[in-house]
Amino acid sequence: MKIKLLRLILPLVCITAFGCGQKTETNVEKGYKTKTLYIANGSEPEFLDPHTSTGSPENNIQLAMFEGLTMKDHKTLKPTPGVAKSWDISEDRTFYTFHLRDNAKWSNGDPVTAQDFVNSWQRILTPSISGDYAYMLFVIKNAEKFYRSEIADFSEVGIKAVDEHTLTVQLNNPTPYFLQLLDHHSFYPVNKKVIEQHGDFYDPLNPWTRPENIVSNGAFKMEVWDVNRAIELVRNEYYWGQDRIHLNRLVFYPIEDKLAEERAFRSGQIHLTFTPQMATEKIAVYREKNPEALHIQPAYSTYYYMFNTTKKPFDDARVRQALAYAVDRKTLVEKVTKGGEVPSYSLIPMDPEGYSPKTLFSDDIEKAKALLAEAGYPNGEGFPTVEILYNNDEVHKKVALTLQQMWKNALNINVQLFNQEWKVYLSSRKNKTYDIARAGWIADYLDPSNFLEIFFSFSENNHTGWENAEYDQILRDAQSATTDAARFELFERANQILFEEMPLLPLFYYSDVNLVNPTVKNWHDNVMHYHRVQDVDFTVPASE
Amino acid sequence: MLKFLLKRILAAIPVLLLVILITFLLIRIAPGGPFDRERQASPEVIENLNKRYNLDDPVYVQFFNYLGNLVQGDFGPSFKYPNRSVTEIISNGIPITAELGLYALMVAIGIGVVSGVIAALRPNTAQDYIPMSMSMIGICLPAFVLGPILVLIFGIYLGWLPVSGWGYQAYDKVLPSLTLGAAYAAYMARLTRGGMLEVLSQDYIRTAIAKGLPKWKVVLHHALRGGLAPVITFAGPAAAGLLSGSFVVESIFQIPGMGQFYLQAAFNRDYTMILGTTIFFASLIVIFNLLADVLLVWLNPRLRHSTLKN
Repeated sequence: MKIKLLRLILPLVCITAFGCGQKTETNVEKGYKTKTLYIANGSEPEFLDPHTSTGSPENNIQLAMFEGLTMKDHKTLKPTPGVAKSWDISEDRTFYTFHLRDNAKWSNGDPVTAQDFVNSWQRILTPSISGDYAYMLFVIKNAEKFYRSEIADFSEVGIKAVDEHTLTVQLNNPTPYFLQLLDHHSFYPVNKKVIEQHGDFYDPLNPWTRPENIVSNGAFKMEVWDVNRAIELVRNEYYWGQDRIHLNRLVFYPIEDKLAEERAFRSGQIHLTFTPQMATEKIAVYREKNPEALHIQPAYSTYYYMFNTTKKPFDDARVRQALAYAVDRKTLVEKVTKGGEVPSYSLIPMDPEGYSPKTLFSDDIEKAKALLAEAGYPNGEGFPTVEILYNNDEVHKKVALTLQQMWKNALNINVQLFNQEWKVYLSSRKNKTYDIARAGWIADYLDPSNFLEIFFSFSENNHTGWENAEYDQILRDAQSATTDAARFELFERANQILFEEMPLLPLFYYSDVNLVNPTVKNWHDNVMHYHRVQDVDFTVPASE
Repeated sequence: MLKFLLKRILAAIPVLLLVILITFLLIRIAPGGPFDRERQASPEVIENLNKRYNLDDPVYVQFFNYLGNLVQGDFGPSFKYPNRSVTEIISNGIPITAELGLYALMVAIGIGVVSGVIAALRPNTAQDYIPMSMSMIGICLPAFVLGPILVLIFGIYLGWLPVSGWGYQAYDKVLPSLTLGAAYAAYMARLTRGGMLEVLSQDYIRTAIAKGLPKWKVVLHHALRGGLAPVITFAGPAAAGLLSGSFVVESIFQIPGMGQFYLQAAFNRDYTMILGTTIFFASLIVIFNLLADVLLVWLNPRLRHSTLKN
């Protein structure tokens, strides 16, 4: 018996003994030689069909694999040519003519044509494909009608392939951010011929994105997809911009655990962390010991609480305002969340290159008390006990605990905490079985309308029960406004209404905090956390 | 023996059916559905998806359809990973989880039995106290503490072993196996010590020593066989526990096994995946318990006699 056991144990002992005493070459070091970038990419991608995917791990990979009509500049986020080498815009800014490159190709060698875009946009607008982001295309004329099956003929939608390399798009309104949208995955082209080899073009379960099937048109193509192990992309030899690419291979590791991600970075298994937030408890350590690796960038995203305005006491705007005034946001971000967040007093984040909202209120306890008294609860008397609903998460819990205490101290009101598992929380929000609920929004595109439109009275994301006809009208006017000045003025009016009515309580703007090995070149931080990996290169350390 | 086996296998079927029924109903009762997201999908999208996955049928129809497919070995498509079937995901993940479980079991039995025997040979001396207090620490330290500590020491400070992965780099299987096996090793050590102490005081051991056999021979040939009985009873559930409880270790070390899917499926309301993994793990537990029983009967002549007679 003992001998058999020994035979079992022996290999393990040997492995350990051999492993000891020698340092193994890390991925980071290997990467310099083979021009391979190792990336921690959050959770395992669900699927990589650009028309049905939703998450940011998927988006990171798709950005390297697919290319829309335009791209964005790393630093300024201004549109730059992608598949389209140039474009013309009509005087009223609603009609676009795109001139496609002759040498844009799919990874199987097929040319990318204007018809590919027409097919692809028809695909995402077809209800059976069930794309969550189909609404991104609603800026195009008749796109929404087609999606809602009000028209059956796709030729009525404002997209036309004039010839193989010319595409025209008719918009409903002058949409200043339209060129930016073209780089969103919902606008990416897919290869109809290839997809149809694996099933129906309009079936979301079509297995065409499996590694052995997938064909894409970006700088990289898929070579390996080992579920829960890694996705490996290699250079697409048919890509038109060969001289732009510096790397040969990208390896995306699905690392969901933030602390495991940090350990992988520290031990040299990855060059960078791609998901927007690293383990917050480690930020202070990096600030002190390895600041070159720490990237902190205020993001175009907001963390807020929303009120159920259909229920007492939050059916009174003064109560909602009182709670908003009674928060010490500076303490909240500096002492509690500690992830580089910035206090916010508006739903809309700051955009140094575009519109930034005016600050209409401040952290003011006296004002808060006065408002609460005015609403009939002097010194919190008679105020019912209310609940903060949040989904299970350390940060959400800490924020809720802090606000509970701040409101108790400032307003003498009792708040209870109520945490729910993610899907339960979503359904409570949807069914309005909450008093106050935590929420957040990360921009799909860099424009205030993306935030303001959450609170359209008919929006599927507006779970507050708050409706305001004037607000709806302002947003509609903003959609058809032709100049930036006019739009910004309308946004400011909408911002004003949100302050007066306070259906949501802005708390802070998120920051993207990432770890990036200092040898990684051309990795520029920006408010949209937009990183095209194809521009990235290494500054190889001298010892290599 | 065959009759005994057959009886046990037949008894397992209603157990599994009940597991399926309860799981099926529980996940439908849980609030939230597979298609709920923070950015609310439009009603059109939800309706289409429900139709695509046959969720618009009455629940009992869905249940019997599911059973029908199950009999044919089809666990259905995953809701979360639409391009992969549950069968495929399970069959990809299982070899890895099984390998991890096997190594961990080897660690557990190897370390546990050896230190248990050592401790039992000189009870209540330092030779007993040291391994037993170590094992107490092993039981108390959960994997999510032990794993990162081992990573810090061997992966980051010493740089000897990779901190994550499974078969991508040399020796990357060492730390996860140790982490997962440690707690079980500790239990095994305590069980071995207890079992050995009991056996060592028996008459037949005294006879063997009186006969003039060397001590090592007495321990290995005579005492271990009886002394290991509690370990074997525990090995069955331990093996099932190692397989189904590996998700903590899998997420610490980024191992593409089953554990993570099992956990995530519940959060994602991935109905087919929850059912698939639950059925799979339930069957495992049934099978391992059965194996442990068979092994025990085979090892213990008294038990063998009474079982076969009945």
